[in-house]
Amino acid sequence: MISKLGRYSIRFVSEFGELAGFSGRAAVSLPGQRHVFEKLTRALFEIGVRCVPITLIVGLFTGLVLGLQLYYVLTKFSSESLLGQAVALSIILEIGPVFTAIMIVGQAGSALSAEIGIQRNAEQIDALHTMQINPIGFLVSPRLWAAVIAFPILTTFFDLIGIYGGYLTGVQLLGVDPGAYWNRIYDAVSLQNIFNGLVKAFVFGIVTTLICSFQGYYTHIKADIPGARGVSQTTTRAVVYSSIAILVFDYLITSFQMGQ
Amino acid sequence: MSNDSHLQLKGLSKAFGSQTVLDRIDLDIPLGEHTTVIGKSGTGKSVLLKCISGLLASDSGTISASGKQGIPSCSYMFQQNALFDSMTVEENVALPLRETGKAGKEEIEQRVGDMLAQLELSPASKKYPAEISGGMKKRAALARALITSPEIILFDEPTTGLDPQRKYAVFDMIRDYRKRFGFTVVMVSHDVPEVFEISDHIAWLDEGKIKFWGTPKQLAENTPDALKPFLNPKLASA
Repeated sequence: MISKLGRYSIRFVSEFGELAGFSGRAAVSLPGQRHVFEKLTRALFEIGVRCVPITLIVGLFTGLVLGLQLYYVLTKFSSESLLGQAVALSIILEIGPVFTAIMIVGQAGSALSAEIGIQRNAEQIDALHTMQINPIGFLVSPRLWAAVIAFPILTTFFDLIGIYGGYLTGVQLLGVDPGAYWNRIYDAVSLQNIFNGLVKAFVFGIVTTLICSFQGYYTHIKADIPGARGVSQTTTRAVVYSSIAILVFDYLITSFQMGQ
Repeated sequence: MSNDSHLQLKGLSKAFGSQTVLDRIDLDIPLGEHTTVIGKSGTGKSVLLKCISGLLASDSGTISASGKQGIPSCSYMFQQNALFDSMTVEENVALPLRETGKAGKEEIEQRVGDMLAQLELSPASKKYPAEISGGMKKRAALARALITSPEIILFDEPTTGLDPQRKYAVFDMIRDYRKRFGFTVVMVSHDVPEVFEISDHIAWLDEGKIKFWGTPKQLAENTPDALKPFLNPKLASA
């Protein structure tokens, strides 16, 4: 039992160390690349533009449900007028960054991990090495920097559509006063709140992109089975680990922000 | 031939855990010629190529060429071609120039166009690897390997999974283009005796060591007993 725990601990620490090294190389490799703007634009399209529809749909329905749930809770305390504030702060501080990140991981992160994993199995990454092209700089760095840009923007979209969703249920469906809804938001939401939410999105973008790329890049080492099933295994791991990391980092960042 | 015109491997070793794959290999590969490394599956032929190319770091030993440490410019042809599926043939061939060289867009287009024409790939230039035949994929991979004008091309079992007709077509292609472009070929293959026709030298890798080195003619005249079952599998089963 103790030896098993020790093995797992060593494995965890060594994997964490490998991820740290990989992250460092991914972070600094972009400037050495050629056609940086082109690569960044393509990565922004994959991570950003392609994720807009899913972000908007999930954001809208989250706002709709949140408006409904909070309305009935607030009614018990005769505080329906606080609906706008409650919806906006919940979304901006917690739900927006977390849900957006999970949605992007589901759509772009899994695709990223699978694509790099397949490239590894098809010896395309080795081919890059033999062509003197830095594979991490070529495959990972543009996506990492694109995620840094795309995550906060998509989170902002989520926040806006989510707050509008809350308005639809609260005001249009359940009869909360529209002036109260918007005024409460205006009064309660500070620039600091928005900044705090976007900091989370920024961190989630870095962490999830690195986890997904790392799992794909080392699929030949990380997977228990080689080939297509190995890629499927590392892709699943990429999504699961990223989702866990989002929640862990959400807690850590929230604790830090509340302590300030 | 002097050492100046050789790719020299000295004491090259590689182990994975407790398994020694290459055991202090010494090999002088003449530059400008075609050397084929033969041997049973799993004897470390591909590992040898990967050590030469730098894809794998050897545990010990040195590689030098023309008296200098390291190897000259070298390209690698992978078993499955390793073409990027999401890029057209043209983009695949241009990739090393676009990402590493200092050539401008027009020069790259010119060089890629010329290369595709020389390898009779111009009609397929805008197609994706999935849309072309196996032979064309091999030529596209060769075009990508040749575009940087390397001195050495390493071929890792280039005929794996091909029918006999295509196998000969690939061997002919390697022979023809080597004559035309003058690069050195180091090839790994178990296609015996077919490879003897295109090779200048044969190296037999067995149990981590080079157990035979010579021309195909020398091999035919003086075949080591242990190699006979590999060259003629019927002997092994008799």
